[in-house]
Amino acid sequence: MIAFSARRVSLVGALVFLVLLGLGLVLPKWLVFLSTIALSNGLVSLGIVLMMRCGAVPFGQGLVFAAGGYAAALLFNRLGITDVLALCLAGGVTAFLIALPFAPLLARYRGIFFAMLTLALSMVLYGILMKSDALGGSDGFNVTRPTLFGFKPQAAQSTLLLWGVTAGISCLMAALARVYCDSTRGLLSLAVRENELRVEYLGMSVVNLVAWNYLLAAFVGGLGGALSVLALGHIDPQFSYWTTSGEFVFVAILAGHQSVTAVFVSLLLLELVRSFSSAYFPNTWQLALGIFLLLVIRFLPDGLGSQMYRLLPQRTTKGDLP
Amino acid sequence: MSPANPSLLSAKSLNRSFGAVVAAADISIDIATGERLCLIGSNGAGKTTFVNMITGYLKPSAGQILLDGEDITALAPRQITHRGVARSFQIPQLCMHLTVLDNMLASLHCSRGHRSFFQSGHAPAAVAECLGLLERFDLARHASRPVMELPGGVRKLLDIAMALTGHPKLLMLDEPTSGVSAEEKFMTMDTVINAIDRGTQGRPVTVVFVEHDMDIVERYASRVIAFYSGRVIADDSPAVVLEDAEVQRYVTGSARATAGEAA
Repeated sequence: MIAFSARRVSLVGALVFLVLLGLGLVLPKWLVFLSTIALSNGLVSLGIVLMMRCGAVPFGQGLVFAAGGYAAALLFNRLGITDVLALCLAGGVTAFLIALPFAPLLARYRGIFFAMLTLALSMVLYGILMKSDALGGSDGFNVTRPTLFGFKPQAAQSTLLLWGVTAGISCLMAALARVYCDSTRGLLSLAVRENELRVEYLGMSVVNLVAWNYLLAAFVGGLGGALSVLALGHIDPQFSYWTTSGEFVFVAILAGHQSVTAVFVSLLLLELVRSFSSAYFPNTWQLALGIFLLLVIRFLPDGLGSQMYRLLPQRTTKGDLP
Repeated sequence: MSPANPSLLSAKSLNRSFGAVVAAADISIDIATGERLCLIGSNGAGKTTFVNMITGYLKPSAGQILLDGEDITALAPRQITHRGVARSFQIPQLCMHLTVLDNMLASLHCSRGHRSFFQSGHAPAAVAECLGLLERFDLARHASRPVMELPGGVRKLLDIAMALTGHPKLLMLDEPTSGVSAEEKFMTMDTVINAIDRGTQGRPVTVVFVEHDMDIVERYASRVIAFYSGRVIADDSPAVVLEDAEVQRYVTGSARATAGEAA
């Protein structure tokens, strides 16, 4: 187990946030916009990684992504709530609440059954969204620029504002995810991944552990959905479609379950491969992307995180570092 | 049961079948606090089924199990664990990709019900306690190694050490020396028994173990119960049970009886 402490995680998180803010000031606007979308999607993949730590891979995180997105968009358009932080929180809480009744049921399944059940739920939501005129039907609806603590940015400032909020929320969630992974629940999640039977016999409810991981994944997925819709300025049922869920899983598999940072590195790598593939192989870029993923699965079955894990100092038998 | 040695566990008329195979037929056993009870019997006699019913993995089709007077028949394995019953397995049930220390810490947190979202899983106090327990099993030097790198005998000991993290009052060991070489069996059992005795802190730990090696049975058990075809065919001290004609016929085999006579 890698040695981390809450203080060290907080410092690293704050430092990365400042670096990202600085980059937002110097990078071209199109790249800042793409990075905002990438980090928003990365939050959903971060949730999947939390699930992977207990041995379950959800293929239907489009459910919580769309739930968070629609909640933010509806609050913006119908209730006039425009504060980006309030909208993000509403997105996360809505996704959490939508996942809540399903969590105890889903937590009893593993492998393909868990994956298909989560996928089915996201596709049910997709069907409902497609048929619901009140929610914009198949066309969805638009949202305009959000505010932050009453400050309404101009068009030129809006991208930077959203980037700052997205970077801040992503760093906060990544730091919290790291603390969670190092917590007793985080350790027990790994034990569940390895040997559920023993965990039950040692006195712990496996269903409780898996269900909470699913709920946490739902919350961060909802945050990602809310940030995405605010960055894109539009939402439609595609948010809940299975191909959207598949992309989140791609990133999570590329990252592996051992590192939180690897999620965001993987996201960057995947976007680079996708961009170069579509530029140089415009008709066969999906093929190039597929080959890339096959190579990762073949040579890095535990994801990029497993390589980053090896480079970091290992935990000693003296417990936590100060 | 004498007042000084009260009954810890009472199994009353337990029945369990798997299709046409009867694994438990009207099994009634009282286990006193502090006993070292050994279950013997050929394969399929019902020993592990009995352990599985006590620990909640299998539910009896009829009968009742009382622990300290409380009916635990319908409880889930984890609820039974929290009432003080722990077990090890014939095939060690470990987290193979985690280190020995992480296995112990996971056991400690499970058995104590620690489910914090923020408190570290590697808190110094928990680590120190686990290392102390590993020391008793002579496993501390393996603490930072992944379990998958360890030999079978060490895994067996770790499996038992994990069961002790919750300070159980009843410890059930399913074939603690299976897979261990003949030369190492006594050493393994010595380590286990010493580790249990050193960790009791004045509170007796009742041990029930399943065993096939009769030399181990004679040396470590205070009482032996022999199973055959889901029934109890003998229940007494090791000396009496191992001389029982039915036990020699169905469990230990005539070779042991002959060897005993020759000696």
